[in-house]
Amino acid sequence: MADKVLMKGNEAIAESAIIAGCRHYFGYPITPQTEIAAYMAKRMPKIGGTFLQAESEIAAINMVYGVSSAGYRVMTSSSSPGISLKGEGLSYMAGSDLPALVVNVQRGGPGLGGIQPSQSDYFQATKGGAHGDFKMIVLAPSSVQEMAALTVKGFELADKYRMTAMILADGTMGQMMEPVELDFEVKPSPEKPWATNGTKMQRTHNIVNSLSLVPEELERLNFERFERYAIVERDEVMYEEYLMDDAEICIAAFGIAARVAKNAIVKAREKGIKVGMIRPITLWPFPKAPFKKAAEQVKHIISVELSMGQMIEDVKLASECKVPVTLCNRAGGMIPTPEQVLAHIEDIYSGGAK
Amino acid sequence: MSTKQFLFSGFGGQGILFSGKFLAYKGLTENKQVSWLPSYGPEMRGGTASCSVIVSDEPVGSPIVSNPDILVAMNLPSLDKFEQSVVPGGIIFADSTLIERKVTREDVTVYYIPATKLASDNGYPTLANMIILGKVLKVLGEFNTDDLTAALKKVISAKRADMLDTNLKALTLGADYE
Repeated sequence: MADKVLMKGNEAIAESAIIAGCRHYFGYPITPQTEIAAYMAKRMPKIGGTFLQAESEIAAINMVYGVSSAGYRVMTSSSSPGISLKGEGLSYMAGSDLPALVVNVQRGGPGLGGIQPSQSDYFQATKGGAHGDFKMIVLAPSSVQEMAALTVKGFELADKYRMTAMILADGTMGQMMEPVELDFEVKPSPEKPWATNGTKMQRTHNIVNSLSLVPEELERLNFERFERYAIVERDEVMYEEYLMDDAEICIAAFGIAARVAKNAIVKAREKGIKVGMIRPITLWPFPKAPFKKAAEQVKHIISVELSMGQMIEDVKLASECKVPVTLCNRAGGMIPTPEQVLAHIEDIYSGGAK
Repeated sequence: MSTKQFLFSGFGGQGILFSGKFLAYKGLTENKQVSWLPSYGPEMRGGTASCSVIVSDEPVGSPIVSNPDILVAMNLPSLDKFEQSVVPGGIIFADSTLIERKVTREDVTVYYIPATKLASDNGYPTLANMIILGKVLKVLGEFNTDDLTAALKKVISAKRADMLDTNLKALTLGADYE
């Protein structure tokens, strides 16, 4: 067993990417994720990898496109406004069925916004992220250990399904330090017979491209891609349940919001209020089944978010509007306090949800 | 269950983040659950830099310390900003070299340590943070040279081994201050 070390979430992502076999990183600095780039700048040259600070986010994502086309594990990272700039590249990679890991350490928006933590890119991450019909696998870590583990998992899933996997973290997750153990068993990168890595005069040329001018053909590609997405939705859902066995009120929260909610749940339980939590770890595919099940058991669901309410729509869909779903939130870089969440719980409880 | 929530605050450059990190590592070497969260952003330039540290026997929930059990205030803006947030019965450690006023709360225990002056008088001008932390650990009954050495080894690289001894001396200086 490896020694536990204290690491920032951002550093844990960077080191875990290297452990996962990523030797190519392209990025452009932006708070609060710059430690990822700084870590890569230090480590990559020592292990024969590439660290390149691109001239812009757009350049960086297109470099990712290039390296992925050649069949290598590759990543980029940014924060909210920078991810918007990468949108075109994300769509092109989806259209070309290229795997990659993209990290979004979210900050408050819209626009240039602020630099404090946020979860307001949930829609952008889970509903596509740019033009065209496509999905990304979206992973939402709630601890530094998960930042590390989901980075490795992200590379594996990306390769397995030829998709972009996105780590959707926030400023708190990126900046905080916690003990972390980095002893992962990494599935090696699978064979990539589609990669443009030289024919050696032994096969026909591979072409990686998202342009397809014949609508019948483009439609077929879209349907095929969504058959693959259906498999992801069936096989790759991850979530954690906390004290749900006897819960009468259910909290839905991911990332830092789930950490805050946990404190509130402990305090509510001390007061005899039966609260539990479903914490999605994959935001896409969204854990629909546990919320559908919870709707048969609890009287109320509270979605705790650092946004104006985005995941709440998926919670309502998954619970099929069988119970009321309310929002407990802060936005623009502010974080709900455990006291705010507790007050919301008590409000619901006294309102007859017991 | 024992959980202690610390808030370290001062000017950027006073080593606020470092002393918080050291405390977190000390918890880690003692098999505690720990978290460390810095404030980040423009407020670091000239205003208050702060960091939240939680040391617990249980898994840490929210890493954000909004009501500290222990506040270490190394400048006046920090005391002004956080004095009221300390839990009743909590402890405030104030660097009395840089904070001329007294704590107004009467429901907390206060220790005034002229850490910045002790640091410059004893030839460790950059270690006021460790001097005040020494006092914190002494008051909490956690001043044990072996544990501190083990934790210092985690935060000071082997190349700077000479700094280990200096930091330990600074911690002791604070612990011994009455």
